[in-house]
Amino acid sequence: MSKDAEILDEFTSKEYEHGWTVDLEADEAPKGLNEDIIRFISAKKEEPEWLLEWRLKAFRQWQKMEEPKWAAVKYPKVNFQDIIYYSAPKKQKKLNSLDEVDPELRETFKKLGISLEEQKRLTGVAVDAVIDSVSVATTFKETLAELGIIFCSFSEAVQDHPNLVKKYLGSVVPQGDNFYAALNSAVFSDGSFCYIPKGVHCPMELSTYFRINAANTGQFERTLIVAEEGSYVSYLEGCTAPQRDENQLHAAVVEIYVHADAEVKYSTVQNWYPGDKDGKGGIYNFVTKRGICAGDHAKLSWTQVETGSAVTWKYPSCILKGDYSVGEFYSVAVTNNHQQADTGTKMIHLGKGSKSRIVSKGISAGFSQNSYRGLVQVHKRAEDVRNFSQCDSLLLGDKCGAHTFPYIEVDNSSAQVEHEATTSKIGEDQIFYCNQRGIDTEAAVALIVNGYAKEVLNKLPMEFAVEAQKLLALTLEGSVG
Amino acid sequence: MLKIKDLKASVEGKEILKGISLEVNPGEVHAIMGPNGSGKSTLSSVLAGREEYSVDGGSVEFLGKDLLEFAPEDRAREGLFMAFQYPVEIPGVSTTNFLKTAVNQVREHRGLPQLDAVQFLQTMKEKMKIVDIDQSLLKRSLNEGFSGGEKKRNEIFQMAMLEPKLAILDETDSGLDIDALKIVAHGVNTLKSPDNATIVITHYQRLLDYIVPDFVHVLLNGKIVKSGTKELAYELEERGYDWIKAEHANA
Repeated sequence: MSKDAEILDEFTSKEYEHGWTVDLEADEAPKGLNEDIIRFISAKKEEPEWLLEWRLKAFRQWQKMEEPKWAAVKYPKVNFQDIIYYSAPKKQKKLNSLDEVDPELRETFKKLGISLEEQKRLTGVAVDAVIDSVSVATTFKETLAELGIIFCSFSEAVQDHPNLVKKYLGSVVPQGDNFYAALNSAVFSDGSFCYIPKGVHCPMELSTYFRINAANTGQFERTLIVAEEGSYVSYLEGCTAPQRDENQLHAAVVEIYVHADAEVKYSTVQNWYPGDKDGKGGIYNFVTKRGICAGDHAKLSWTQVETGSAVTWKYPSCILKGDYSVGEFYSVAVTNNHQQADTGTKMIHLGKGSKSRIVSKGISAGFSQNSYRGLVQVHKRAEDVRNFSQCDSLLLGDKCGAHTFPYIEVDNSSAQVEHEATTSKIGEDQIFYCNQRGIDTEAAVALIVNGYAKEVLNKLPMEFAVEAQKLLALTLEGSVG
Repeated sequence: MLKIKDLKASVEGKEILKGISLEVNPGEVHAIMGPNGSGKSTLSSVLAGREEYSVDGGSVEFLGKDLLEFAPEDRAREGLFMAFQYPVEIPGVSTTNFLKTAVNQVREHRGLPQLDAVQFLQTMKEKMKIVDIDQSLLKRSLNEGFSGGEKKRNEIFQMAMLEPKLAILDETDSGLDIDALKIVAHGVNTLKSPDNATIVITHYQRLLDYIVPDFVHVLLNGKIVKSGTKELAYELEERGYDWIKAEHANA
């Protein structure tokens, strides 16, 4: 504690030493983090007082916290005072045609089968008026509005729906939950807000693709989804196209609040820059994702395909508070070269008859390390809980690693908790068998890996699944033979 | 079609094939018989291009090209097919999906247009009859949980789909009961044409009652020591391999 005090002291004295004030007209905050910076961010976003106080409370808690060290990942220490915590969203440089786009990137798009229109959108090429994504998004928004569904950027929600934000912000992931969540709570830049009213079945997949005004949400993204009683929504985050970002550290928070009889499906495809072949320059992805099934018969399902980032630290979790509520976690995590992933889930069973299902498929290649870390917790009063966990690891080559850390805490003897784990290798026999049928090695690996991950890929919305399949093949290109 | 000349091959430094010569012409069925450890499976593995085997001498010409220059997938695309003794399981990949990938890669190599889903299913339905294979089996993960008979039938079904010039059946009879054996043999016979050829590798004469060879070769200690017609197979069945071993030892 005394050391913490020392560090704190150092921070504050430094601030004094320089004695700078933040220029509100500036597009960018100076490097570093202190209360003034948070005030600057909040003022820039014209936030209400309560939200500033909320951020400051998070910051004060964060200052007392230490970076978690328990994950099986190694990376150089992040200097949190060397980061710019606010910069105005930059307009992407407009290009006139796809010919101006990096050929390497175009090749990747081609392999992923991304449509020309989407390629243009992703690379910031001006799109002609008829199929302008803005107009698509507008019609899209109108349809949603008719149903009373709110889907907008987090900043907009703060302005337009302050009561909802105030009610649910931090209700699933409190400010002081963990080091990165606290940091996010203090400095989050923007993100998405989604509200489905009672009894409404959202007729389309809500994708960040259509959320145009929050294109550049930066490194501290905040997402809040609320599903009222008896509603349904399927939400898609990310895209298969490779994403590069100047910010090395990403610490997002996703909160999902599911009321009785409601269902939320949350699907992610994450393909951030993993660094070069030696692992240099990749993105650190420290995410807190959690949802609560607050009412009876509520259901929350997480599906993720993780192929990017140099370091991933991510455990989408379900608090199963409602009786007979259901939590699901389906994950494919691929690591290649020097990537490291420590990912998994937490299923906290509080309600009686609550059920959870975990299917985790890790794929390691190159020199990478891939860990599954999962907690299944059954509380004393939770009767007749059921959990099934399946954790498989697939190794390509002999220089990578796969690890499984299951934690099971059961306080009620009526619970049925099953855990299965397997580790396998893509065998030379399998590859040769494919070769003998005329299939080259790259296609053979893609086939075998997609077969292995099928159970999870099937959970993704159709179009996403097709792209994800290609993405898996692309990520592992050249990793065998 | 296939000209093997003085082929020598080893695995992990151990010489297994010690100079094999064999010529196979279109329309012919050759049986290669021999006791365990004589090099039968090594021969099929070397022809198919398995990496663990190193070719130390000799040459193999296939349809006028140097077969040994090709990667395994290119050998397959050129028209060489091997029915495996132990077909490999690939979890999560249906036989249908597997074959669609294979057929289209082979077609691409041969300059043929890709088959779309409808055309592919149509072709599959026709070929399924040849080995009396059930469609539900083809939807399941490749070879996973298949019985011995189902695996071998699936091999011949794949052969029917890929339409090879030369098929090598590596101990296809092992682990089959007589009914399954008949079905598999019927499939092979149906696929026979004046343009293609078959090499049947087997330990026992039994399979040759159903797939009748034009030539029988006896492989012993890495060499073909005796060649003849199907009568030679009967003789082997009756007398075993010892008399050939003895003959060969004296020679």
